[in-house]
Amino acid sequence: MTAVEAKTDVRLWGVVAEFATPKALYDAAHAVAEAGYRRVDSHTPFPIHGIDRALRHPPSGLGWFVAGGGIAGIVAAQLMQWWMNGVDYPFWVSGKPPYAWESTIPITFELMVLLAALTAVFGMFILNGLPRLHHPVFKHSTFHRVSDDRFFLSVEARDPKFDRHGTAALLEQIGATNVEIVED
Amino acid sequence: MTATSIAPNVAPPIDELAPGLVTRAREGDLSGSMRILIGLGVLGLGASLIGVLAGEEVRGQALFSYLVAYMFTLGIALGSLFFVMLQHITRAGWSVVVRRIAENMMALLWPWIPILFLPLAIGYHDVWHHWAAAVTDPTAAGYDHLLAGKASYLNAEFFLVRAAIYFAVWALLSRFFRNSSLAQDQNGDPGLSMRMARRASIGLLLFALSVTFAAFDWIMSLDPHWYSTIFGIVYFAGGVMAFFATLALLAMWIQRRGYLRNAISQEHYHDVGKLLFAFMVFWTYVSFSQYMLIWYANIPEETVWYAHRANTHWDHGVTVPWGYVGATLAIGHFMVPFAFLMSRHMKRNRLTLAIAAVFLLVMHWFDMQYLIMPNLESADHVHHHGMSLSWLDATTMVGMVALFLGLTVRNIASTPLIPERDPRLAESLRFHNI
Repeated sequence: MTAVEAKTDVRLWGVVAEFATPKALYDAAHAVAEAGYRRVDSHTPFPIHGIDRALRHPPSGLGWFVAGGGIAGIVAAQLMQWWMNGVDYPFWVSGKPPYAWESTIPITFELMVLLAALTAVFGMFILNGLPRLHHPVFKHSTFHRVSDDRFFLSVEARDPKFDRHGTAALLEQIGATNVEIVED
Repeated sequence: MTATSIAPNVAPPIDELAPGLVTRAREGDLSGSMRILIGLGVLGLGASLIGVLAGEEVRGQALFSYLVAYMFTLGIALGSLFFVMLQHITRAGWSVVVRRIAENMMALLWPWIPILFLPLAIGYHDVWHHWAAAVTDPTAAGYDHLLAGKASYLNAEFFLVRAAIYFAVWALLSRFFRNSSLAQDQNGDPGLSMRMARRASIGLLLFALSVTFAAFDWIMSLDPHWYSTIFGIVYFAGGVMAFFATLALLAMWIQRRGYLRNAISQEHYHDVGKLLFAFMVFWTYVSFSQYMLIWYANIPEETVWYAHRANTHWDHGVTVPWGYVGATLAIGHFMVPFAFLMSRHMKRNRLTLAIAAVFLLVMHWFDMQYLIMPNLESADHVHHHGMSLSWLDATTMVGMVALFLGLTVRNIASTPLIPERDPRLAESLRFHNI
């Protein structure tokens, strides 16, 4: 029966559960991670310390994007200044060599910061799935309270452990007040 | 007006806040380490005294080596005062569990730092002889026009008066902040924290001015024709970096002795590591700013300072030519630690943080050598060409650092290990980075 259902559930996104307190959410996060779920996320009105660890989220990969952006800025700044000042249009000013590393440092530093910062912002957008402008989790009937007084936990269907009835039952069992199955 | 009974807003005793946390070193537990360190300090500085008394040629070397060791240690002590005031002015919660270590370091600003300055005050004529012996009479031979113009600032009387003012500022600030914190251990009064936050604003202003002028007086005036207005910041940045390295190592040492194991966590080391990294980069930023502007303007009276530190020839019997010491600083005081400490894992791991801290303290010593030693005159002019180490460099450094640590350990042993009733202690104990 589950196999037949899986075929028809192509648009299933996951299960979203509501909790009344940060404590309930925190305990639920532990329980869900303990049960082996990894495609889990929390949605809360304010940051809850330690929730990432409770959900066993791996560290964000954004740092690597930013490092790449910074290195690209350094390389671009050095190539640009070397080409323009040293090769394409060498110009002697007050006896300084046309290309001198000392005078390239401020530009190199600024371009590194600029590209690293831009990569941080746009990398964050991409990691948040930007071309898509909405998130399925908003289909939950009471999800608007996430910016007010309710705490949500979502389990995605692409989690290998996901089973629509089993997952929903687990969430209810650990104290969720309003468990809904959400379609994509 | 009737006396309304408002619940006294005092911090709870430590037993309620963190049951089982030992906040005092056991009687005599740290005295072994203290005795060894102070003994080593007295031995090192005593041996250096032989150099001072050995004759004129050795006396210059002895006093310059002593100045390197003194400025190295002073930077750490001033860094601790800066750190404590910074925590109060920002009303920081995370740092309460490590603040007492800094308070016990800054306690050395009175009376030890002034006492240790005495050899330099007595021998000032041998150290700062360029301006101390400058000929300011226009009719005399060897008249130095530039130094004659600076004589109203660079003269022995005003020099010693200024030193007294710096010591007075540092003594007042360090005693006020440490005594208030110790008083709070007794009464748990949060009003003391509020008062310290207010006083820290004026304190930091006085601190900035006194450190800048102390660096001008004691290091920059060794080469009195030269000037750089950012020089005080360069010294400050290096000193604060060395302080954070020392703070991390002392916290690790206290925990190895079995104390504060549940109080100072990976999270606190992570923040100390971040500040260590930040001030390492800040030192680089201001050092390069100084260099680039002088390079760019290319005015002889400014470039001369770097010209004296540009030699790359391994002759004249130098240990390391100054040009290579400068390169060592660019690589070892910036590039290597920048890559090494970048990752959060390196700052959260005690072993890697300890390696970085020791390495950066060594680099800070190279920095002090680079700033001070090229101005040492000797018959063979060896110091103009490169770093040339003497046994006095070893005895003064070992003596000064050991004495500094020994006296700090003595303070640690005689006070609670953390500010027991600081209103933000609970926050600090629970602190973790997101």
